Amino acid sequence: MVEKAKNENRKGGPRRRRPGFEMRISTKYAPRKFAEGQPRSCITGSSLTEGQMLELYRYLKLTRLVEERIVNLYRQTKVVGGVYRSLGQEATAVGSAYALRPDDFITPIIRDLGSVFVKGIRPREIFAQYMAKAWGPSGGKDLNVHFGYMDKGFIGPISHLGDMIPVMTGILLGARMQKKDIVGLAYIGDGGASTGAFYEGMNFAAVQRLPLVVIVESNHYAYSTPTNMQTAVRNLAEKAAAFGIPGYIVDGNDVIACYEVTKQAIKHARAGQGAVLIEAKTYRRKGHAEHDDQRYVPEGEIEYWEKENDPIDRFERFLLEQKVATKEKLDEITADVMREIDEDSEWAESSPMPEPETAVYGVFDNSIVPPAFRPQVLES
Amino acid sequence: MSTALKKARKLESPPRGGLATMVEAIRAGIWEEMERDPTVFLIGEDVGVYGGAFKVTEGIIDHFGKERVIDTPISEAAIVGAACGAALMGMKPVAEFQFIDFISCGFDLLTNYAAKCRYRWGANIPAVFRGPCGSGVRSGPFHSLNAESFFLNTAGLKIVEPSTAYDAKGLIKAAIRDPDPVLYFEHKKLYRLPRLREELPEADYIVEIGKARVARAGRDVSVFTFGAQVLTALDAAEELEKEGLDVEVIDLRTLAPLDKESILASVRKTSRALILHEASLTGGIGGEIAAIISAEAFEWLDAPVVRVASIDTPVPYSPPLEDYYLPQVKDVVDAARKLAAY
Repeated sequence: MVEKAKNENRKGGPRRRRPGFEMRISTKYAPRKFAEGQPRSCITGSSLTEGQMLELYRYLKLTRLVEERIVNLYRQTKVVGGVYRSLGQEATAVGSAYALRPDDFITPIIRDLGSVFVKGIRPREIFAQYMAKAWGPSGGKDLNVHFGYMDKGFIGPISHLGDMIPVMTGILLGARMQKKDIVGLAYIGDGGASTGAFYEGMNFAAVQRLPLVVIVESNHYAYSTPTNMQTAVRNLAEKAAAFGIPGYIVDGNDVIACYEVTKQAIKHARAGQGAVLIEAKTYRRKGHAEHDDQRYVPEGEIEYWEKENDPIDRFERFLLEQKVATKEKLDEITADVMREIDEDSEWAESSPMPEPETAVYGVFDNSIVPPAFRPQVLES
Repeated sequence: MSTALKKARKLESPPRGGLATMVEAIRAGIWEEMERDPTVFLIGEDVGVYGGAFKVTEGIIDHFGKERVIDTPISEAAIVGAACGAALMGMKPVAEFQFIDFISCGFDLLTNYAAKCRYRWGANIPAVFRGPCGSGVRSGPFHSLNAESFFLNTAGLKIVEPSTAYDAKGLIKAAIRDPDPVLYFEHKKLYRLPRLREELPEADYIVEIGKARVARAGRDVSVFTFGAQVLTALDAAEELEKEGLDVEVIDLRTLAPLDKESILASVRKTSRALILHEASLTGGIGGEIAAIISAEAFEWLDAPVVRVASIDTPVPYSPPLEDYYLPQVKDVVDAARKLAAY
């Protein structure tokens, strides 16, 4: 009798039990074993057109060559802060971001410059940011990819890893209230996936069934700390189980696999089925930043990845094998990329440094609150 | 039975104007802004059906629906982060911390993300982060915090704390309409204090952020304070009046950016300054105000600037301990007497 009354009070009757626990990890796009002596290429059977594949190639080359130019500028002491490379893992950012629609949102981390280019940001903006110039999107107030364009769906990260997961959750929450059909793609590393903000954001997105796709770039090191000192899980995709969402493992150095797996995840998210976690297995060939001597890396490891598993080499091999393009065509694309880089780095170098007094503006809406000012007592 | 209960619980729109306590004033302010602007929404722990731990958001979900009143997991980083993201999209989130003590769990996103976005890339975050603060209600070390000084040294956050029902409503409305992130602290001791019930105007109004208020005009000593301590200061002023001491009480209302002009104007008038706050003395807002007065009104001072604040300990639980911790009317009276006699 009492029991019955209890159930009547509950809207919709007794609560439905969820089906038993089930680890949903897809390994369809995970790294495959290659026979000894057989050079790695990319997966076949993609839905990409030949034109799209060449566009992917362009973004990969653009990413690598822009970073190389930034290193040159750094050595000429024209770059003010640190330089963070994505050498050897460019395919993850490029392939995944390429699966988005223009109105979708991304929030990259420092080693996802490729995704920033896919979102339509020009190399000149990146050069100006690194050189702390007035013409950079942040006007010299912040570094590298730490800026954003709401109209392009690009939200730059901050240095505090994990924070962008809840922020992207809010972007999607806002979009849902505005009846906008968009998907959010957020990147995090094997190190960032240890933060509380990552867990809180993922959990909230999962509870709200928001269309969030998170890519964990498992690149072996967080600064100097190897992944086995970062987490006890074997595959970072297993963390999806904590949120009750599907996990995928992808070969992060296969640009086509990265595109395909993200496309599938986006389809899941856009269909209203909630968040997805993708682990991209890749390798960071450079140190945390240019100054890092990588003394913590075992001998031969970097050389192995460079020789056997470079994402651009693999994609070139694929394009030639599949007769998507000739060597001449690829060289032509590279030359075109170099022209753009020359022009854009020149533009950025010609930019002035910011006027010192601009430092006081922009803390609040200056039409309402006057800008911060130096205490007059110090100046008199 | 259950349906009847539900119906009884479903509250009507709060009256526009009329007699209101502080909690009713805040709720009415939020309600009116949600009616006025469809982009305003609530997010926090237990803010929906339950109406929040202090019932500030009671009935709002029934009227505006669960789309606009979002209950979250126990995840302050997710609450602050999601509020920031939604604000970037053009929404106006009002995020609740169940107790302001838990703001520390969202500290990183508040100070590094919300506060710096406009400065870094020109993206404003029109979000309100509100919650019950303050001690004196026997809640112990984790439900009694006054958090303002954690944030005073972060550029990009506005901080307000009302001490009257009128200001509570006007400030919450101003905070929601503000284009930048605002921390809105509500002293839990004042929520339902009968003394603060007052007649509110029927017409729409705001209280401008950045403006202090003269809670009591006086000639002899200025007391700068805010929140529940305004009442302590007013009580002390009443006692001192019997001795012929005419105390001015300035209710700061906004703690960042501080209303320097009002502070300096009062010092120039009375030449004696006493700063009173409920947070611990060391590193509190009192030091900042004292420095402003010393640097910019030194010639007007007839006595050293004095601070009365809580002792440098966590907030203790037991009543005798908590009363010892907190500034009392007697402490203010003694300090003001000394100042006047200097």
